[in-house]
Amino acid sequence: MAENGTNGTNGQGYVGTRTIRPDGVDKVTGRARFGADFNLAGQLIGRVLRSPHPHARIVKIDTSKAEALPGVKAVITRDDFADQSSEFIPAGEMMMNYKDVVRNVMAREKALYEGHAVAAVAATSSAIARKALKLIDVTYEVLPHVIDVVEAMRPGAPVLHDDLFTVGVEPKPDKPSNIAKRIEITLGDIEAGFAKADVIIEREFKTAPVHQGYIEPHAALATVSEDGSTELWCTTQGHYIVRAHCARLLGLDIGKVRVTATEIGGGFGGKTVVYLEPLAIALSRKAKRPVKMVMSREEVFKSSGPTSGATVRVKMGATKDGRFVAGFAELKYQAGAFQGSPVQPGVMCAYAPYDMENVHVIGYDVVSNRPKVAAYRAPGAPISEFAVESVVDEIAKKLGLDPIELRLMNAAHEGTKAAYGPKFGPIGLEETLNSIKKTEHWNTPLRKWQGRGVASGFWFNIGGETSASLTVNEDGTVSLMAGTPDIGGLRASLAMVAADELGIPYDKVRPIIGDTGSLGFNFLTGGSRSAFSGSMAIVEAAKQIKAELCARACKLWEAKPDQVEFKDGAVRPIGSLGEKAKPMTIADFAKVAGKTGGPIGGYGRINAQGAGPSLGTHLVDLEVDPETGRVTILRYTVAQDAGKALHPAYVEGQFQGGAVQGIGWALNEEYVYGADGKLQNAGFLDYRMPVASDVPMIDAILVEVANPKHPYGVRGVGETPIIPPLGAIANAMENATGIRFTELPMSPPKVLKALREREAAAKV
Amino acid sequence: MAKHHIEATVNGDAMEFLCETEDTLLDVLRDTLQLTGSKEGCSSGDCGACSVMLNGRLVCSCLVLGCEVAGHRVDTIEGVAKGQALHPLQQKFLEHAALQCGICTPGFIVAGKALLEKNPNPTDTEIRYWLAGNLCRCTGYDKIVTAVKDAAVALRKG
Repeated sequence: MAENGTNGTNGQGYVGTRTIRPDGVDKVTGRARFGADFNLAGQLIGRVLRSPHPHARIVKIDTSKAEALPGVKAVITRDDFADQSSEFIPAGEMMMNYKDVVRNVMAREKALYEGHAVAAVAATSSAIARKALKLIDVTYEVLPHVIDVVEAMRPGAPVLHDDLFTVGVEPKPDKPSNIAKRIEITLGDIEAGFAKADVIIEREFKTAPVHQGYIEPHAALATVSEDGSTELWCTTQGHYIVRAHCARLLGLDIGKVRVTATEIGGGFGGKTVVYLEPLAIALSRKAKRPVKMVMSREEVFKSSGPTSGATVRVKMGATKDGRFVAGFAELKYQAGAFQGSPVQPGVMCAYAPYDMENVHVIGYDVVSNRPKVAAYRAPGAPISEFAVESVVDEIAKKLGLDPIELRLMNAAHEGTKAAYGPKFGPIGLEETLNSIKKTEHWNTPLRKWQGRGVASGFWFNIGGETSASLTVNEDGTVSLMAGTPDIGGLRASLAMVAADELGIPYDKVRPIIGDTGSLGFNFLTGGSRSAFSGSMAIVEAAKQIKAELCARACKLWEAKPDQVEFKDGAVRPIGSLGEKAKPMTIADFAKVAGKTGGPIGGYGRINAQGAGPSLGTHLVDLEVDPETGRVTILRYTVAQDAGKALHPAYVEGQFQGGAVQGIGWALNEEYVYGADGKLQNAGFLDYRMPVASDVPMIDAILVEVANPKHPYGVRGVGETPIIPPLGAIANAMENATGIRFTELPMSPPKVLKALREREAAAKV
Repeated sequence: MAKHHIEATVNGDAMEFLCETEDTLLDVLRDTLQLTGSKEGCSSGDCGACSVMLNGRLVCSCLVLGCEVAGHRVDTIEGVAKGQALHPLQQKFLEHAALQCGICTPGFIVAGKALLEKNPNPTDTEIRYWLAGNLCRCTGYDKIVTAVKDAAVALRKG
């Protein structure tokens, strides 16, 4: 293993070493500027009035008293946003529709969830803005609401959108409902598969909505000049996406909007959409002053996207020797107030870890009176794979097979055709299972009330449009510019690739994240794509520099192209040319750039293809306290295929962080609603994310099965680690207690209730 | 009501500022003194991103009023490094990749430093319980605990 925190190469290059991140010093000294750290002279403070009702028609909004309050400079409502036609566009791995986006950022006909934005003000101080919100008079006609996904699907449930007709069913419904769409994938013949099965297990599972839980609340600072030129600083996973959304919602030319992504304090998918950004621009345009807006934590919980809660039914069949012969699943995902839950990836991933001939998965996208869901790390996949991994464990138990051996017997591998379409290239599931099997952890005995569980996970990963540049400075140092926000070590990974490609020291490369005016379009940081696609764009940019330097050397040396080569940071003469020409380094060329053709740089503009899926296997030991129902995680090991870890420490960090988010999802986190349709735990005290004392060290095993479509073999790694924990922990709970838990979170009251019910049943 | 005029020592410097009665110490640090290294994650004392030292005691600056620090000593993340030299804890956070997004890092470093001043040789469990008031959503805490332990070793060596 490479030593931590060294900026030297391992002899072959920097890639694969544990360099110190170039943005690190600013982040340990408090100097790094995140969303809420930006200010402009003369700025106003913007605040949002939010609906207290989960479902209400907005009859009238009277802002006159608020506008009359001294210090109030602008008030906006639905009247400040033109309506949008219905058009679905990609957002991360999910889809969105501008007709819904304009209604989510500012309620129009109805408020659809508690916390839905209804109006916003900009004032000279936060206190005045708060006072102004109280002076806005909204007349609501309160409507019946529906929170639960199954209830929302029932005939007679309160309907959120009277123009929402289920897509994907025949005949086309003539009445609106809360079911936005039904999707399905099929492979083989599911009935024939079940006919071959010696054992069939069918179970229903329920998961609660959970929030991404980034520590930095949403923040935006906008300034609009009289000619419509707009500047925006905001915390986002994709400033080009923010630019596109804001331009569309506010009727601006994209070229007039410049967005700078601030340092981002966590996102996990939740910062792939817009909330405050268009409001800040609209307020600034009206007030003719800069406007700063920051969400409170309560607003983050009530008004920004959690991920779906869901109900999932899984039915799997296997032969007695352990071959999976049929897999059926029906997924019902909450979308929140507008359609667009991650049910599609949930459907795709459900059985993707396994080589199966017969698969049938159905998904429903269902709206209810909750905040619109946003992507959350491998959106949709943890839910469906939790259900499948739980049933796989039950099959192992029923057949008396080792759960790792059973998975190995059925593991997807190179050549497997996935139910959702593709034929896999080289993938590393078997390697992760084998490396888990070899750990000391797997072979350590357990005590009473302790349990061990294993589960695997699959995520497909994406590539996409990416621009990045390398500029050779006058002294031979290199400026690297990327256009995807660095959310966890991207700058370090890209700088290492640039240093290796150009053969220069790592600390001579200075990476920055450019604003939307600095580079061509970049899709967002999401889908585990930023290091994968960004490094491909950097390789392309470096290739251009090397070609340019070789061409310049040919001119200087009066040589032919085949007489020069770029090697180890310099253009070198080949053969007899060596007698009259000396190698020239990048710094040598930099000195004479003006005389040899001008500035030197490379610009990678690619649509990255060939993102290889990343598969992982997690192993967990836990202990159940029979007195309280509390579950303690004792030991945890992650093995995942990274393809090639550009920076092993930050790849391990993805594994560890994803595992702990999954632990929170499995054991504690949930949105708790009252009968009144209001969220009861909109704060970190009651929405209980794991803290340091809740978890052990997370052992990380890096498996590297190279992705042949990437120059370094990289696969995206960020999302897969949140998938296996849910199933692994449920399986460990069964191992510890003999009880199969099918509902998340497995929080102490639920565990205690299950233990007591079993005790009572035993007495009868 | 007129603002309060407050004098306090911030990172060793005598400072004066005006604040409203309801302004928190965090508001004063971030908005008035432009010391934005302390972060606002929750405003309810649950996330620890705003951790500072008040007269040598670790506090959440979102739970202290600006007026309350009159005549007292406040030390923030901005005062942890001495000149060009990073504090060993800052250095170890970098070496161990103990941060991903970095928003919680100032709070962890202020809190971790407070721990090591009190207990130069903490166990893993002591580190985990001491830092239980600081939320990190990215790292899973593993590398943070390692960095604090390693910083303790470096500090003991002097």
